[in-house]
Amino acid sequence: MKLHRITALLVRHLYLYRRSLPRIMEIFYWPFLDLVIWGFITLYLARYQSQVPGFVTFFLGALILWDMLFRSQQGITIAFLEELWARNLMNLFASPLKPSEFLTATMAMSVMKVTVVSIVMAGSALLFYSYNILIVGVWLMPFVLNLVITGWIIGVFTTSLIMRFGQEAEVLAWSMVFLFQPISCVFYPMEVLPTWLQMIAWVNPAAHIFEGMRTVLSGGASPLGNLAWAVCLNGAFLVVVVAWFYRTVAYCKEHGLLVRVGE
Amino acid sequence: MAIPVLKASALTKRFGDFVAVNEVSFEIRPGEILGLLGPNGAGKTTTIQMLLGLVTPTAGSIHMFGLDLSTHREEILQQVNFSSTYISMPQALTVEENLCVVARLYGISDRARRVNDIIKKLEMEEFRSKITRKLSSGQMTRLTLAKAFLTEPRILFLDEPTASLDPDIADKIRSLLKEEQRASGLSILYTSHNMREMEEMSDRIIFLQRGRIVAEGTAREIIDRFGKADLEEVFLKFAREQRQAS
Repeated sequence: MKLHRITALLVRHLYLYRRSLPRIMEIFYWPFLDLVIWGFITLYLARYQSQVPGFVTFFLGALILWDMLFRSQQGITIAFLEELWARNLMNLFASPLKPSEFLTATMAMSVMKVTVVSIVMAGSALLFYSYNILIVGVWLMPFVLNLVITGWIIGVFTTSLIMRFGQEAEVLAWSMVFLFQPISCVFYPMEVLPTWLQMIAWVNPAAHIFEGMRTVLSGGASPLGNLAWAVCLNGAFLVVVVAWFYRTVAYCKEHGLLVRVGE
Repeated sequence: MAIPVLKASALTKRFGDFVAVNEVSFEIRPGEILGLLGPNGAGKTTTIQMLLGLVTPTAGSIHMFGLDLSTHREEILQQVNFSSTYISMPQALTVEENLCVVARLYGISDRARRVNDIIKKLEMEEFRSKITRKLSSGQMTRLTLAKAFLTEPRILFLDEPTASLDPDIADKIRSLLKEEQRASGLSILYTSHNMREMEEMSDRIIFLQRGRIVAEGTAREIIDRFGKADLEEVFLKFAREQRQAS
């Protein structure tokens, strides 16, 4: 073993961190998220232990629905990354392809991914835990559709960032969606959050869907109110994020970034 | 005189304080091969990227087939294609799959026939089912050229298309390009660092230096104007001047 060769490799990695904010952020990002999410779950269980009927039902349902949102986001972002890794972006953007067509194709891809993943997850839950996701009833479809759209919103937002900041920002493809997890109230109700965070969670469409899911599973009132908020917020954010994608494409063309994004 | 298929007027691109392309104006006539020459950093690639709509010009205009690129992007790019040593194609797809995707992208109706024809024309039969990741650099170049020819463009931008090829394949590619140009009246904008190739291929040459056109004409006219023995000597003169200036 030669120390200089080990140091050479160490230095090679430290050079990366010296100039890369996303890489430095990633060191703190996951432990911080773990702490936040598990902290709120603990609070929820401690506070409502006796009032939560079959919280395994809540958790499994929430996990399956969260994964749909995650796959929907991945469907968009990974489709873009595949083109970036293949150095194929120039071929696409120098063709008659419009940004709207590019987005539509990636959204269609994400729907296909979500469909396959949903079948696998629902089937596995039934097989291993005798848990049937269909207990959510007629609300399941509108819930899933809204989560897919929220996934698109996060996916298009992340794709725009990667397009703008290049391969350095690639890590966002996997990490960005988890930034939304604590405020999506996947595994705990919104009221567990501190008041200031509740206000942020309230404008997150996914939080209304998970609130609605808990309402249905606890045999409570109709989740129509939650659903209405989710639809309105999703609609508004989708328009904003698509406009932002167009703006990013224009910015990248202006600054010559589109041809350098894979470097 | 024939109406130009491409007209660039006072094309300028600035990146902050750096002027990559400075008021460049030129035309390409139908069936013409125009060579774009210049040392590294002269603005050739930026010019091509602007012509492909990948980079927005700071000033100036681009017209192709009488249409303005800034307002008729889709119609223009449907009739244009490019090939470059510096691009690739999806690595996990086979050669044939990649060409099928391109055919769909450009809305080609008789896809299977067109893909077959181009594979035969570029002698790619033996590796048509090969995964793109496993292609040699020569095979990869042929694939990107096949992609460019497949859509039957009216203008082709070729950025150092023979850079990674052995002399035999490079010669075949040049013959093919000439043949296509004669058969279909294709117009080509061609860049290369191989001066002999540029002399052989180009009907007319534009020399770029620090983003400006410094010479324009046939290879013979340019060589005579600067009193040099060949195009390579003219290139060296401009390259050294550019290096000294920077």
